[in-house]
Amino acid sequence: MEKRELTCINCPMGCRITVTMEGDDILSVEGNTCKRGFLYACNEVKSPVRTVTTTIKVTGGLSDRVSCKTKEAVPKDKIFEVMEVINKASCKAPVAIGDVLIEDCAGTGILVVATKAVGSV
Amino acid sequence: MKADIVIVGGGPAGLAAAISAAKEDKSLDILILERDNELGGILNQCIHNGFGLHTFNEELTGPEYAARFEEQLDGLGIRYMLGTMVLDVSSGSVTAINSKEGVFKVNCGAVVLCMGCRERPRGALNIPGLRPAGVFTAGTAQRLVNIEGYMPGREVVILGSGDIGLIMARRMTLEGAKVKCVCELMPYSGGLKRNIVQCLDDFNIPLLLSHTVIDIKGKERVTSVVIAEVDERSKPIPGTEQEIACDTLLLSCGLIPENELSRSAGVEINPSTNGPVVNESFETSIPGVFACGNVLHVHDLVDYVSEESGRAGRSAARFVKNKATAEGPVIKIRNGNGVRYTVPSFVRVNELSDDLVIRFRSGNVYKDSYIKVLFDGETKLSRRKPIITPGEMEQVILKKEDLANTPSEILIEIAER
Ligand SMILES: Cc1cc2nc3c(=O)[nH]c(=O)nc-3n(C[C@H](O)[C@H](O)[C@H](O)COP(=O)(O)OP(=O)(O)OC[C@H]3O[C@@H](n4cnc5c(N)ncnc54)[C@H](O)[C@@H]3O)c2cc1C
Ligand code: SF4
Repeated sequence: MEKRELTCINCPMGCRITVTMEGDDILSVEGNTCKRGFLYACNEVKSPVRTVTTTIKVTGGLSDRVSCKTKEAVPKDKIFEVMEVINKASCKAPVAIGDVLIEDCAGTGILVVATKAVGSV
Repeated sequence: MKADIVIVGGGPAGLAAAISAAKEDKSLDILILERDNELGGILNQCIHNGFGLHTFNEELTGPEYAARFEEQLDGLGIRYMLGTMVLDVSSGSVTAINSKEGVFKVNCGAVVLCMGCRERPRGALNIPGLRPAGVFTAGTAQRLVNIEGYMPGREVVILGSGDIGLIMARRMTLEGAKVKCVCELMPYSGGLKRNIVQCLDDFNIPLLLSHTVIDIKGKERVTSVVIAEVDERSKPIPGTEQEIACDTLLLSCGLIPENELSRSAGVEINPSTNGPVVNESFETSIPGVFACGNVLHVHDLVDYVSEESGRAGRSAARFVKNKATAEGPVIKIRNGNGVRYTVPSFVRVNELSDDLVIRFRSGNVYKDSYIKVLFDGETKLSRRKPIITPGEMEQVILKKEDLANTPSEILIEIAER
């Protein structure tokens, strides 16, 4: 039996969660205040994921960059590959919040979407 | 120029105050004055997610959160002027300047101060050493990276473990920089736990508690910094010095509410928050001048800023309608053991429209303690908390009925076991 101590990152409460494991099986999850914390803990011990937020180049816009995020969280070990793809990409103004800027980022199957509007010049 | 309510600053506090004032009374003419060239305040550079969980039940980035509020302005007939800096505030008017109108005056029924806060600059921290390029506040670096798209450096040491410092440790790492460590003077971090996990632990960035920067080296550009461990009185301990090669030092050493305008208007300032002293309606010592958001006290959660500012906006709307400030009993709120300050500072019972939310911060880390509320020395409420830290704002909510017997004083304290 192995106990793993985690801090839930899903909200600012930052609950301390203890996951008890037997090999790959989760025996119990304790310390979470809500369901999101339970799901976080189960994911975190098996395949941790994170949302990546960064900026992407814009051409012909009122500003040169637009902020963006992966629409869903990507596997933690893919974060730097995702960043590399985003840093090489660019998009054209106008951009609206939610516009898809990259489809299937770095083979994760996950979209990159704009989080800010940029008007064109 | 004329308006019923002038809002100084168009960040999340100003937006929420304007919107709820307009919803309280549709006939009011509300004007937001913002010195930047866009609304949204500090949220424009906070491109990370984590905003809006309380308000919208989903995790948004800063710009997305701001947009949810900006969308509502037109429909509510709220006016705003960008690139407009407010120079002077008094109880019936506001003086501002912009390139189109020059200096102009707006006569108004009420003013809401929403100027936010600024970072403590290096000068205030007294680090010895030369003055080379490469020393930035974390917020300045955040603006450079996220808005201008410019990297301030490649090898980074961060002093201060407030949220901005933690967020920037991750941001610089994602953009290819090497963050060598985060030094924190105190024995605990000033940032949220979730940020320590997802910004430092995820990338194996060491957090050195009870450490500070004692020297900055380099002539033209920073070449290294010397760090050392500190004792309980924050004095560097001889023999613990380490030199760390780096080209950039980021400072994340706290925020100071931006109250130059409030001070020159004669608003009474609470020395513990550096923000105005306010009552239950978020009204300052000058009738008709309200304050909310980071200009009032530093918040770590924008959701609380929006909620508080909503109350302030509604109060301003009611003030414009009713004018006279209420007579009646006043309850003083005092901070007792372990509590650094409370907002508000006093309550006019007759003016209370719903439950009373008292927000405060502790002065130290307390494990397994109780938050206690005493009415005239008698315990009214006692809530157990596994951990209380100065980095996280606490609150207690008192029911309006509970205040009906009007104690003369409410005391908030932390009792250790
Ligand atoms: C780096 C950083 C990271 C954060 N991360 C999170 C997070 O992950 N989650 C979360 O919930 N919260 C977070 N916060 C907190 C949240 O963003 C702030 O609490 C919130 O932005 C404060 O809102 P405000 O309107 O009071 O101030 P601000 O956003 O600072 O807005 C103040 C506005 O007033 C304007 N102004 C000032 N003086 C004048 C003047 N004289 N005339 C005209 N205009 C003026 C300024 O230009 C500015 O637009 C973070 C804050 C920072 C700084
Ligand atoms: S368990 Fe729930 S309440 Fe606790 S930090 Fe996670 S999301 Fe927040």
